[in-house]
Amino acid sequence: MASAAQRRIKAISYAKYGYMFIAPFFLVYCFFQIWPLIYTFILSFKGNQSAYNDFVGMENYTTILFGKGTAAGAVATQQEFLKALGNTFILWFGNFIPQILLSLLLAVWFTDAKVKLPGKGFFKVVMYMPNIITAASVAALYVNLFGDSKYYFINATLMKLGMAEPIPFIAGPVASKIMVMYIQTWLWFGNTMIMLMSGIMGINPSLFEAADIDGANSTQQFFKITLPLLQPIMVYTLVTSMIGGLQMFDLPYLYHNGANFSRNLETVAVYIYYSFNKGTVEQASYGYAGAASIIIFIITAILGSITFYMNRDKDAIAKKKQRKKAEKQYKAKMKQGGLSL
Amino acid sequence: MSLKKEYGQPKDNYHARIMAKSAGIFIVCVILTLLCLVPIYILIVDSTHAHMDLAQNPSRFWFGKSLGDNFRTLMNDLPEGAGKSAKRVAAQYHSAFNVGQGYLNSLIIAGCSTILTVFFSALTAYGLVVYEFKLNSAAYTFIIGVMMIPVQVSSAGFVRFMYNLNLINSFIPLIIPAIAAPAVIFFMVSYMKSSFPLDIVEASRIDGCGEFRTFLTIAIPMMKPAIAVQAIFAFVANWNNYYTQNMILKNEKFATVPIMVSKVLGFDKNIDNGVNFLCVTLSILPIVIVYFILSKFIIAGVALGGVKE
Repeated sequence: MASAAQRRIKAISYAKYGYMFIAPFFLVYCFFQIWPLIYTFILSFKGNQSAYNDFVGMENYTTILFGKGTAAGAVATQQEFLKALGNTFILWFGNFIPQILLSLLLAVWFTDAKVKLPGKGFFKVVMYMPNIITAASVAALYVNLFGDSKYYFINATLMKLGMAEPIPFIAGPVASKIMVMYIQTWLWFGNTMIMLMSGIMGINPSLFEAADIDGANSTQQFFKITLPLLQPIMVYTLVTSMIGGLQMFDLPYLYHNGANFSRNLETVAVYIYYSFNKGTVEQASYGYAGAASIIIFIITAILGSITFYMNRDKDAIAKKKQRKKAEKQYKAKMKQGGLSL
Repeated sequence: MSLKKEYGQPKDNYHARIMAKSAGIFIVCVILTLLCLVPIYILIVDSTHAHMDLAQNPSRFWFGKSLGDNFRTLMNDLPEGAGKSAKRVAAQYHSAFNVGQGYLNSLIIAGCSTILTVFFSALTAYGLVVYEFKLNSAAYTFIIGVMMIPVQVSSAGFVRFMYNLNLINSFIPLIIPAIAAPAVIFFMVSYMKSSFPLDIVEASRIDGCGEFRTFLTIAIPMMKPAIAVQAIFAFVANWNNYYTQNMILKNEKFATVPIMVSKVLGFDKNIDNGVNFLCVTLSILPIVIVYFILSKFIIAGVALGGVKE
């Protein structure tokens, strides 16, 4: 039984407080995120460098995608953008595959109750550590250890062990890409491992026990139980990693010798940044940067809706459908009976 | 032993197989641990060697004696009678990597952003969970929808907008946007839904407590675990944020630690490798120390963030 006071409180509308509490978020979000996004969209239809205020329509898009534009160096711009897109894809693919395999293997090992592993907590802590270190510092660390000449740690050690020539870990187009893939894996495998572990620990342990009793070995258990039940979290990891891959900036931008970033490692994020960050407004290419940003935005939106679709609550949707159906049937029945609601 | 008693003598030596598997896994884990720790160790070792020693023999595994000298070079505090080239090196490093200033700038940005992020995210989450209003579910769907938009997508417009507002070389564009953190709100909403009883709000209303005071004195203390985890992540993310900081902070006076590291990396003459390593060590050390102190929370937080219902 609700008391009088409780009933009175229920009658008061608190909706205005709800709006008040969420207002700061929406104000700041619109000012610092939505408007810049719209502004980027507007900029993508405007000119570059000294023509920064002219409206050029779709020209920036046609230039960076197809090399068809009136501006000088349209083909070069297109080639640079497509190369950046290719590099982004290569670097993402080359770090995601080893990362997910390694993380999955470790997660299965760490959650296997039969394996006796001393120092499990310590391993987890150390393997996650690279993820919290500043990416700029990680780039500096690896540049200073893997320098191209014999005056740097790795090449000096390898040459002591009998190698003839130093390996160009930084300037070499292939070696530098492999290094960035390795460093990305090094940075992220601990994070992915812990996420997958929490996913595996969410699986009902009696399933594994039942499989054990039925005589399934650990490989069978992995492919028949762990992997299928891990699917939502795997999709989530895949998509967040792809979106993260599209954003890959710090490491490719800073992994270089001397003053300029390495063209071999230019990703889309580096391309965007470099286009709009060249000196003053008259020198920068805001149009190309805007067009590239909008293309990335569209790719992200597609990827995001895929996860949303795959991870939606299927039971809730089915129930909703059922309820609607029942409602319809009830209404139809009522009409037949000639009763009005 | 107990297994043997229960099942009798197994044919395919079950116990030995498990032990062999565990040993194999242990070795793999040790190798991965070394891959994570050795680069950091070498970095610290090399920061204690002088440039000339490193040039003679770069593969050193034990500490040297030049940490003090490297540090004095970095602080531009050379002894009397230092050579011209040594002075040039010291001046270059000191102007690019001003340790104290960098720590202070990073601390101000990361500290203020963290406070704003957790406070306003808790406020928004509270508003969404506790109150019923027309746009409630629309607002929540919006927050989930924008969670994954990368910063790069709007950065061109963001920078031009900041130029228009004359906010380049100011901490405001780095701190105020921290109020809007969709991912943190998402985490806090799911935390509140699972472990915040709404009856308590009603009880405080009956006792005559105002809405905002209920939030401050009842909800915030009850959400402490979620706030602590998110505060750690927000701090680390803001401390490490090179991209936005480098776009906005052009003046040397405002340079943060990541910007300083990138500057040292960009030198192409007068390089002193010992001081280089010292700079990187100084940029990594605070966050690594804090990490090892708080590692338990952090690992638990990552695991929580990964659970998607």
